[in-house]
Amino acid sequence: MTLTTPAKAPAEDSRWRALGIRADVRNLSLLGVLAVLVTVGGLTRPAEFLATSNLQLVLTQASVIGVVTVGMTFVITSGGIDLSVGAIVALASVWATTLATQEFGFAGILFTAVAVGVGCGLVNGVLIAYGGMVPFIATLAMLASARGLALQITDGRTQIVTVDAVLDLGVPDAYVLGIPPLVLVFAAVTAAGWLLLNRTTFGRRTVAVGGNPEAARLAGIDVRRQRLLLYVLSGLCCGIAAFLLIVLAGSGQNTNGNLYELDAIAAAIIGGTLLSGGRGTIVGSVLGVLVFTTITNIFALNNLQSDVQQIAKGAIIVAAVLVQRRSARDSDT
Amino acid sequence: MPETSRRHLLLGGAAVSAGALLTACTSNEPKNQTPAAGSAPAPGTDDKPGTPVTIGFAGPQADHGWLNAINDNAQQRAKKYADVTLEITEGSNETAAQIGQVQTLINKKVDVLVILPADGKALTQVGLQAMNAGIPVVNLDRVFASPQAYRCWIGGDNYGMGLNAGRFIGEQLKDKPNATVIELAGMDSLELTRQRTQGFDDALKNYPNIRKVARQAADFTVESGQAKMAQLLQAQPKFDALWNHDDDQGVGALRAIAQAGRKDFLMVGGAGAKSAMDAIKADDGVLKATVLYPPTMAASAIDLARALAQKKGIGGMAELEIPASITLYSAVVTKDNVDEYLPTGFS
Repeated sequence: MTLTTPAKAPAEDSRWRALGIRADVRNLSLLGVLAVLVTVGGLTRPAEFLATSNLQLVLTQASVIGVVTVGMTFVITSGGIDLSVGAIVALASVWATTLATQEFGFAGILFTAVAVGVGCGLVNGVLIAYGGMVPFIATLAMLASARGLALQITDGRTQIVTVDAVLDLGVPDAYVLGIPPLVLVFAAVTAAGWLLLNRTTFGRRTVAVGGNPEAARLAGIDVRRQRLLLYVLSGLCCGIAAFLLIVLAGSGQNTNGNLYELDAIAAAIIGGTLLSGGRGTIVGSVLGVLVFTTITNIFALNNLQSDVQQIAKGAIIVAAVLVQRRSARDSDT
Repeated sequence: MPETSRRHLLLGGAAVSAGALLTACTSNEPKNQTPAAGSAPAPGTDDKPGTPVTIGFAGPQADHGWLNAINDNAQQRAKKYADVTLEITEGSNETAAQIGQVQTLINKKVDVLVILPADGKALTQVGLQAMNAGIPVVNLDRVFASPQAYRCWIGGDNYGMGLNAGRFIGEQLKDKPNATVIELAGMDSLELTRQRTQGFDDALKNYPNIRKVARQAADFTVESGQAKMAQLLQAQPKFDALWNHDDDQGVGALRAIAQAGRKDFLMVGGAGAKSAMDAIKADDGVLKATVLYPPTMAASAIDLARALAQKKGIGGMAELEIPASITLYSAVVTKDNVDEYLPTGFS
């Protein structure tokens, strides 16, 4: 794949490369960060942090934003950005929890959430790919209007879900071999995202469009159609995330998904996806999400307040990007 | 003569205070009382039509249940009076937009203004403008920076919420040695959250056997309530009571508690949402009480605005003028009194 700009991996990685798994140095540094965090958690609150229920919680809490981040990784890899993810999650969750939708039970809620997510993604995609709008502006407009619509639908009220089949997915009885169903969905989306990005034509086109759109066009890729599909994919992920959030919070509220856009972008960036496009890593993004979720968990276990958590989050973003720049430079030379 | 006006004062007072709690409640008092003679201003306000009044109402965007209930309360209350016209602006959380809306109401020359500022400090100047233009301002809940900017302030008591939540929990746990409590606070960037926590801590000082072992701040949303409560439950495998600042985030907190399968503590909520009151009435979970921050204050603000325009005082009080400030009481709603408060619950 000549259009990609892979980081040169050390020679000993060749066996892994043959298997198609590139142990990216960036992912290794993130795994290091995660290992440090787990050690800190284990040392400060050994009984609570390493409890099975807590590990289940960390993964559950990573699931909703994790699914959004997988979609965001594709968009950023293609050189775009999706600022509307949080608002789409909000709109999908309130639409799926209106009394009318709840009448159709589990299927009604799931279908509505996904349909609204895909619909919003389609609007984003058409505006960007065929309307010639800059992704930043188009998705900013979607952010504003989707939140407005969510507020209008709920009238500011919290829509409580009464469909037991949905709520039951969030309780321990539903865990499969100790794994919460939400985490299974997250894992499935991650696996699908990894395959799609690394093993399909769609993935190669995404990287190509992000690396050099003109070259991609000359190579025969329908750049506009590709862009359209990428925003639909991001919208789809938002729809799935909205459903997970409904299971988790048992309700739809117009404030749902608040600031997801920033969390998802941050996770993708510290995971090693280039903001300028042309390189994306699903594994890195998921590690980025896990780093943030683990920090939040450790801080809460140690009863540190949210202001401290915010500062630490900022510091981690800076540190992770600095480490990556250094390791990228080292491995490129 | 003194007899008549005294009686009138008391009856009017009963009508106003009965109405103040229940929005839909209409007065049972006989309507044939003759007002104090002549055209002199009546000392106390009542339901009887008086001088026509136009009240301008400007509030923030109703982006959650409580603010929505505030708007409903103001509108329903205004409808109740034949002599009141309500000019309501579209809610906005943007300072500049809200200032513009209040200025429009000033230009329309409304008789009185009721303003619930999205940000009290930022709206102070426009409050002053209205007062200087001769339009009395009823400042609802979020207080202006200067007392010159309003004629009357009415609002909730955040410190009192914390205090009463702490007292209720204290009384429940006073005989339990080494009892522990945790707090799920609201948004830490808001002063009101700190006031609620301060009240709570002060109340707990009266119970040396109780210790607060953890506090996490959420964002007043269901999502944040669920996420932070799930963390707290992991962090504290055992505790006796939980105070949650807000019933909206309480919906999420209760989900987290159900998901963790915990029942070993009592929970007190805040604000007075209908869902919380229903749960208290059903008495089948950890939620045993909620401390009120009643949205009926908006209905009372309309009463006060009308009284101001008609130059009346509050019935039932000796004063000829309405007071400069009224702080509501943060009542604790429990299974015993929930039926009384259910009609005020918002969703």
